[in-house]
Amino acid sequence: MKLVIVVPAYNESQVIEKVLKSLPKKIDGIGKIETVVIDDGSLDQTAKVAKRSNILVLSHVLNRGAGAATRTGIDFAKSIGADIIVTFDADGQHNPDDIEKIVRPILENRADLVIGSRLKKRQKMPIDRFILNWLGNLTTLLLFGAFSTDTQSGLRAFSKSAADLIDFKSDRMEFSSEIIQEAKRHRLKVEEVPTHAIYTQYSRLKGQKNTNALPVFTRTLIKFLR
Amino acid sequence: MLTAIQIFLLALVLFFISRVVLRAREKVIPAKTAVFWSIIWLSALIGILLPKTTTQLAGIFGVGRGVDIIVYISLVLLFYLVFRVYVMIEDLRRDITSLVRQIALQNASMPPKSTAGKKSGR
Repeated sequence: MKLVIVVPAYNESQVIEKVLKSLPKKIDGIGKIETVVIDDGSLDQTAKVAKRSNILVLSHVLNRGAGAATRTGIDFAKSIGADIIVTFDADGQHNPDDIEKIVRPILENRADLVIGSRLKKRQKMPIDRFILNWLGNLTTLLLFGAFSTDTQSGLRAFSKSAADLIDFKSDRMEFSSEIIQEAKRHRLKVEEVPTHAIYTQYSRLKGQKNTNALPVFTRTLIKFLR
Repeated sequence: MLTAIQIFLLALVLFFISRVVLRAREKVIPAKTAVFWSIIWLSALIGILLPKTTTQLAGIFGVGRGVDIIVYISLVLLFYLVFRVYVMIEDLRRDITSLVRQIALQNASMPPKSTAGKKSGR
């Protein structure tokens, strides 16, 4: 079993080294773990810093958004024969120990797509983030008829077949809803695993701005009407 | 006798027609597009030179005045064109992304500890 961890990154030079170092080197049931960073046209030293950590870096020459970077990572992971693909945000908001938790259901053949949900278990999340995440879930449910307690989570695990079937086209944040919609369309087994989100001052500043919610919502709506 | 507004609109429309012809000759716009715009501007020409035709058209559709029917048709057309342009931009965005992705995949630089079986870059 080969696990490829895809880390999409945009202007994360300050934290990416720490995040990459924290990734697990060994997981029971996994023979090999490889990590690939997708530098999404960062204006800072993200790619350089990541390469310094002895990690493979793919660079987008232009910034194309989180969805596009994730897709590039998944395409690459498939090309090097990944059996399981995990997406992991570069801003340090995910707990690296959760990777094992989200990979487990795939190893045990219980699921094709696993979402690391920050909302399944009540935990400390800033109230504004809590509301916006639920609005995201509601939009996904209303437009695509697919429900998840955390549609916007960046921590996911794909089985080989899920990675082959799920075909998302959104370049920006809407892609997370699209993944869930695609999983539903192909009747994949989706499982949610409660994970721990780390909201640091940095990840809050670096992550999605609250004001970004409206354009994301609008584009999701347009995609639906298109 | 032409009124001032007729002369003004006539000049404007003739100018637009000349643009369509020139761009079509330069092959900047495809023939189909040129035909579409020619039809638009030629009907505008008829409307300007023979204002009665628009009144007749309005009568057929049960709209009060000739000017009204023109405004309605133009609005619908404009919205449709805006939609087309929007779709076009989305397609372009997607093309750019796949281009950027291909470049990234082709330039995949292996870290020193690279193993066999991986896609090699460059």
